[in-house]
Amino acid sequence: MSFLSRLQANAIGWVLPILVIAGWEAASRAGVMPANVLPAPSAVAEAFWRLTLSGELIRNIGVSTARALAGFAVGGSIGFALGLANGLSRLSRGLTDTTLQMIRNIPHLALIPLVILWFGIDEEAKLFLVALGVFFPIYVNTLLGIQSVDPQLVEMGRVYGMDRRALFFRVILPGALPAIFVGLRYSLGIMWLTLIVAETISASSGLGYMAMQAREFLLIDVVVLSILIYALLGKLADSLARLLERLSLGWHPAFQNG
Amino acid sequence: MPAASLTAVRSFVEAPAPVRPAISAEGRRAFAFKGVGKRFGDETVLDGIDLDVPAGQFVAVIGKSGCGKSTLLRLLAGLDRPTSGSLTLGAEEQGHSRTRFMFQEPRLLPWASVVKNVEVGLTGIASGTDARRRALDILGEVGLPDRADEWPSVLSGGQKQRVALARALVGHPQILALDEPLGALDALTRIEMQQLLERIWLAQKFTAVLVTHDVAEAVALADRVVVISEGKIALDLDVPVARPRRRGSAELARLEGTILDRLFG
Repeated sequence: MSFLSRLQANAIGWVLPILVIAGWEAASRAGVMPANVLPAPSAVAEAFWRLTLSGELIRNIGVSTARALAGFAVGGSIGFALGLANGLSRLSRGLTDTTLQMIRNIPHLALIPLVILWFGIDEEAKLFLVALGVFFPIYVNTLLGIQSVDPQLVEMGRVYGMDRRALFFRVILPGALPAIFVGLRYSLGIMWLTLIVAETISASSGLGYMAMQAREFLLIDVVVLSILIYALLGKLADSLARLLERLSLGWHPAFQNG
Repeated sequence: MPAASLTAVRSFVEAPAPVRPAISAEGRRAFAFKGVGKRFGDETVLDGIDLDVPAGQFVAVIGKSGCGKSTLLRLLAGLDRPTSGSLTLGAEEQGHSRTRFMFQEPRLLPWASVVKNVEVGLTGIASGTDARRRALDILGEVGLPDRADEWPSVLSGGQKQRVALARALVGHPQILALDEPLGALDALTRIEMQQLLERIWLAQKFTAVLVTHDVAEAVALADRVVVISEGKIALDLDVPVARPRRRGSAELARLEGTILDRLFG
């Protein structure tokens, strides 16, 4: 598909949001939507400009993004490592999988009171929650990916003299990659969700904190702006993951036509 | 088939089976099974198999499904170990991989290009540009010189098996074990692949062991047909027909009849 037609295909996805915003603006102008319930998009844009000029917005986005990525890096790499270990070793799986499955069924946000007691409202609290939230989708899907690698291909690799290292990098890991990407995209969603909740409840900086401050001062435009920025950041993360997916799964029939 | 060549038909049903007549002095031995048996739990899959194969011979192994013919091949390729008896392989030659296995399915890595898949056959033998050059050469031989950089998913079933054949042959194996590799192909593609296989075998002179359930395929390709029934060799038949063989000739048909009689008689 050419660049232009891909652009066109992507543009279709933006038609609906733009229509919603236009309708929303019209409703606000007509007075159907009171400004203290939902401010007009233009007011939100104004807030965006104001906060951008003051540097507050960029700073808070930076703080939140850094937290999200740090938590993702910690939780994601532990989840990936354990998923690999449990996928490759029966012993490791026997030892840890039952425990992990039990922990998985606790909603990680239920730990917020405990986490605040442990870490206060410092950075560790957010990092811990994000890492915990991100851990499970990555772990579960890495494990699933490795377990679903075609045993016939593994046998072929052995017959053709691949050692364990070659077998892992040329057969097992590429075979598990589609499932790992599913886990990645899922965990990126959880990453933002967790961070927003954590920042809303306990923080002294970041997007969630900005929204809570604005609520205190009844700055509804800033509250709405924060929400919109969450949506955009989430979309950005997902697009990056999809780009990575397309680059590394070019062999997969699902990615060969677009 | 002239009456004289009927002496080549030997029944191995009544033990003890005579060892196959001496492999001539100049002919080296590719491998020999001596009293090989294989059990899985209580089930005896192979029992007292004696099979001596000279280097360069094309042997077809036929039998009904579940008769143990695939197990025989897996033993030969070292994928399984016999529970009794012994298996001797001929001396390993320089620059050759010993045994290569071609599966019923192509078993190509979907995430590797066609040429990379062929290079898998050079694991531990060659790497880098040398491996690529050899892989490209053999792709030319199997008739896919211009598909080297494509993904396997865009190839047809027959083309995938050609790539699998190239992968098996690129390391110049001494023994090529084929486990019904053409079974899933349509009839016309199958004949094409049989001809390709025969041509490459004639050129490279490796020892080929083809497990198949297609009697016509066996007599068309093999120097020797071994019929396995209930874990034992029921028939060991030479196919003294000159190549190139004409499919459907009376000679091949008669041999085919002999084999079918033994299978269903």
